[in-house]
Amino acid sequence: MKRRVVITGFGLVTPLGCRVDQVWYHICNGDSGVNTIADECFTVFRSRIAGQCLDFNIDDYIPSKDAKKIERFTQFALASSMDAVKHSGLEIPKEAPENIAVIIGCGVGGLGEIERQQDKLRDSGPNRVSPYTIPKIMLNAAAGHVSMYYGITGPTYGIATACASANNAMIDAYKMIRDGDASCAITGGTESAVTQLGIAGFCSMRALSERNDAPQVASRPFDKNRDGFVIGEGGGILIFEDLEHAKRRGATIWGEVLGYGISSDASHITQPDKEGIHAARAMKDTLRTAGLRPEQIDYINAHGTSTILGDIAETAAIKRSFGDWAYRVPISSTKSEIGHLLGGSGGVELIFSLLTIRDGVIPPTINLEEPDPLCDLDFTPNVAREKKVDRIMSNSFGFGGHNACIAVGRFQD
Amino acid sequence: MTTEDKVIDIIAEQLGVDKANINRNTDIANDLGADSLDIAELLIEFEEQFDIDIDEENAQNISTVGQVIDQIQAELDKDSTDK
Repeated sequence: MKRRVVITGFGLVTPLGCRVDQVWYHICNGDSGVNTIADECFTVFRSRIAGQCLDFNIDDYIPSKDAKKIERFTQFALASSMDAVKHSGLEIPKEAPENIAVIIGCGVGGLGEIERQQDKLRDSGPNRVSPYTIPKIMLNAAAGHVSMYYGITGPTYGIATACASANNAMIDAYKMIRDGDASCAITGGTESAVTQLGIAGFCSMRALSERNDAPQVASRPFDKNRDGFVIGEGGGILIFEDLEHAKRRGATIWGEVLGYGISSDASHITQPDKEGIHAARAMKDTLRTAGLRPEQIDYINAHGTSTILGDIAETAAIKRSFGDWAYRVPISSTKSEIGHLLGGSGGVELIFSLLTIRDGVIPPTINLEEPDPLCDLDFTPNVAREKKVDRIMSNSFGFGGHNACIAVGRFQD
Repeated sequence: MTTEDKVIDIIAEQLGVDKANINRNTDIANDLGADSLDIAELLIEFEEQFDIDIDEENAQNISTVGQVIDQIQAELDKDSTDK
């Protein structure tokens, strides 16, 4: 028998802060977490803006001697996991640690450490390269360190599907619990690619917004004058749990995972299929596996990165999968407030979606002043909207042609 | 600052331990909890701070703080003789 999977806790690190309710307040208020990058070395970069987690302090979570052995994306994952576990009330030493999974997505791993050690290699030779280089840069370090922190011995791994990584991780976690391979999972995504190499690479692709004189209005998904995405950093981690397990321990249930869809464009390594055929299939599969009709989805948290092609493709895909309901369902992109957290985005966005269900508030897409005629859906421009929301879909699409969507609903016994 | 003081400072900083708990007889792995990666990182730190290269074979034989100090001092003396 397939088990029902519910969400019992979450934690995050974002450019708008690290406390869930504070971040949610700012998101609904339409505040931007995007700023100029202070480091002077970025002055020669085409894009010099980012959503940076300036409030984040790993010393609030673990001793600094341990913190320096792990890269920033792993710090985000560990801190978010600690907050999520605390939020869920799960007492991991008491639970069978072999029945818990840790599945965490990350797009690019430890770019910052690669840069530091490459400098060391060039300047001082191979014998001065840190022995922590590999264990810091590998993107599965996030899942590995979370498992070690808690002594979790169940399935533990990282997932890399670029900007869809967190959704793919959460879908795996869902299936693992549904099929009885784990009772709980710590899952979501993380990323720290606000580094010289990360930004230079995205700049050269002309993927990033160059609106350097006005960082807070640079991330403008679905707006006619958008000019690329704003890179962000951070992580979002959730506790997925077998419903019966959650009930037995009297956990608060924030939502139930209803379905998912995964597909690939198989066309270009970075450009989405303009017609959104396969992204639409991922959305349709999400509805099908959830047993829902399109009109039963009350809100879509869009991938909505603010790139020219991506926003058009997603709009087309939503129309293709939702039919007439595409024009009526409220949609928004919370990347407008915090930028694009790449592998971390899906985790943070599912948390926002759960809060949408909790509070009955659709967060706005800010900076949507003049809609692109090719993005003609209800993207909840600029101002939050009150609406009872029982079921949501959260979309993520990644370089590589990866499409991963997930549906979550209000829990009803 | 003597070589001994500087070595103890570096160990304390790298491993996040109190200087008061480190002396020549302290075993870096067993007493301070350093693993193989910590020790490899420490050796690099010594090489950088003292501007020396620690011989790989000698590095394998280091277990106490005293042995580290002696090894580094020998490298420093060798360097000054070379010059």
